[in-house]
Amino acid sequence: MTGAPVLALRGVSKRFGAVQALTDVQLEVHAGEVVALVGDNGAGKSTLVKTIAGVHPIDEGVIEWEGRPVTIGRPHDAQALGIATVYQDLALCDNLDVVGNLFLGRELKRFGTLDEVAMEKRARELLDTLSIRIPSVRIPIAGLSGGQRQVVAIARALVGDPKIVILDEPTAALGVEQTAQVLDLVERLRERGLGVILISHNMADVKAVADTVAVLRLGRNNGSFEVATTSHEEIISAITGATDNAVTRRQARIAEDAK
Amino acid sequence: MSTETPTTPTPPAVDPRLLVRKEGVAGYLDEFGRKLRSGELGSLPVVVGLIIIAAIFQWKTGSFLNADNLTNITKWIAGPGLIATGVVFVLLLGEIDLSLGSVAGVTAALSSVLAVRQGVNEWLAVLIGILAAIAMGAVHGFFFSKIGVPALLVTLAGMLAWSGLQDFTIGKLGTVNNLNDGVIANLDTYFMGDGDIVWAWLAAILAIALFAAGQLIDARRRAAAGLPARPIAEIALRTGVLAVVVLVVAYMLNQDRGLPLPLVLFVGIVAIGDFVLRRTGYGRQIFAVGGGIEAARRAGINVAWVRTSVYMISAGLAGFGGLFIASQQGSADKSLGGGNVLMSAIAAAVIGGTSLFGGRGKLWSALLGILVLQSITTGLDMVHAQQAIQYMITGAVLLAAVVLDSISRRTQKSSGRG
Repeated sequence: MTGAPVLALRGVSKRFGAVQALTDVQLEVHAGEVVALVGDNGAGKSTLVKTIAGVHPIDEGVIEWEGRPVTIGRPHDAQALGIATVYQDLALCDNLDVVGNLFLGRELKRFGTLDEVAMEKRARELLDTLSIRIPSVRIPIAGLSGGQRQVVAIARALVGDPKIVILDEPTAALGVEQTAQVLDLVERLRERGLGVILISHNMADVKAVADTVAVLRLGRNNGSFEVATTSHEEIISAITGATDNAVTRRQARIAEDAK
Repeated sequence: MSTETPTTPTPPAVDPRLLVRKEGVAGYLDEFGRKLRSGELGSLPVVVGLIIIAAIFQWKTGSFLNADNLTNITKWIAGPGLIATGVVFVLLLGEIDLSLGSVAGVTAALSSVLAVRQGVNEWLAVLIGILAAIAMGAVHGFFFSKIGVPALLVTLAGMLAWSGLQDFTIGKLGTVNNLNDGVIANLDTYFMGDGDIVWAWLAAILAIALFAAGQLIDARRRAAAGLPARPIAEIALRTGVLAVVVLVVAYMLNQDRGLPLPLVLFVGIVAIGDFVLRRTGYGRQIFAVGGGIEAARRAGINVAWVRTSVYMISAGLAGFGGLFIASQQGSADKSLGGGNVLMSAIAAAVIGGTSLFGGRGKLWSALLGILVLQSITTGLDMVHAQQAIQYMITGAVLLAAVVLDSISRRTQKSSGRG
């Protein structure tokens, strides 16, 4: 990746009481880059994402946005910077239609009343540029399939013109074709020059769309790989800690002694 | 669906499975039929029910559809109807308010006692009464949304406490008669322009013009923005139906005493409330909180404030309704707002088509529902049925409405629109 990262985490740590959830974590996301964040359950993926999204303020370390350090103390700060998060539970209102959900909390107004025409127009444009297929933008969310809800949730994150989009397990509950649709959408986000942080347990998805894989293990960085030049097994062993054994530690010690 | 539509080239992203509506009135009827089959009944069952009720009582009494009887019904629905309107607001949140009957009672008692016994200016007394009602709603809202007590229990406590306050306010004498020709007395008895027929016609024409203009402007803006717009034929059809209804009502009212003030205030409040719910950001927030609290919270909506304010609105409406009830019965007393008043209001909201589970419903359902209940009550009075029979029939109608709602929801689920 060329140029400075849009978002960079340097030495980020986070504690919850006696639990050290994150220790000295580094992460960089560039514009037009898909960074997959992988790790076993409890590795700290969700905590890391929540620190970026402003749900949990960090204890130590620096978050840099376009090169300058920023404080993200609450979700509003993250949104104001241009970080949009799509959580696993999509948080859509079942009773509102697609347009209503896309613009929930930032409705377009005209003479103090809702400008449904402008909102519907922008919703259609947005869905068209992302090639999202929805039966109608006026259908309540309750009438959509799981995959359609997922793409609506992602599209909703894009209404505020963010620079970084965080997707938490976007394909976890989806079928084959719907997963493909969501992955297509992730690629289109990259084409639009957005930085994407993709949390996933599915290596096939990661290999399919990610540029870089950042592995977390027990709250620490455990390697960052270029997807194109890394094998499946290498990533898996980084996740499970299979590389962290007596043999590798001995090699590391020898290498350090040699310096 | 598969027929050619040469006028509108389909954009590339359209899903081939989705239903495209045909042009013109044929398409409208087509979609109407499809909606019915898939369980989107809307207000159709209530309207059909109203027609059946009217037909039965007209057949039994021969005078149910007389102008004076219909005028009386439009006057009597204002009080309970306003309480039902408040209920709809709360139901849209997916919550319940059991205190609205007591709130109506306290408001009537407070305003009457201030005006009659304390000699306060009656306008001021009415204002204080309604502000007190809104304050009671704020108390419910605070304990519910800030402290986290279930709404059912907060308002149950409110129901008991406020009816105690009502007793206390009224005092030992028990009844406060309305001031002769005063503000409260006139709420029920006044006719616009003292019965001048111009008012009913004017109101009817205004309603039709506003509706048609709104629809036309909307259609033109949508067309200009390249969005599918309602065809002119359909707008004409809708406006025509509305015009027939409104003009018939105006004609009937003018056969009797003219346009009653309570009808104007009730319908006006429902219309304004409906506009707020459907066309403003605040209304959208109410629907969002009713449809998914977590989603609403993450969208930056102040859920606690939305909840509190809705309880304030519903209590304010109930208080105003209480004044209408006092006006109609000639006095405020200890039992005003007690008995079946609250349950009828909840029944009316549900009969009109508002969901008990939040996020789905229209304010107009309060009007339709209370019309059904009042028609039944009035009709049974006319055939000299016992009160016991009235309750049983009202219960049966409520059950029928809820059954219909449940069945239609199941059909909607199976056709993918749940």
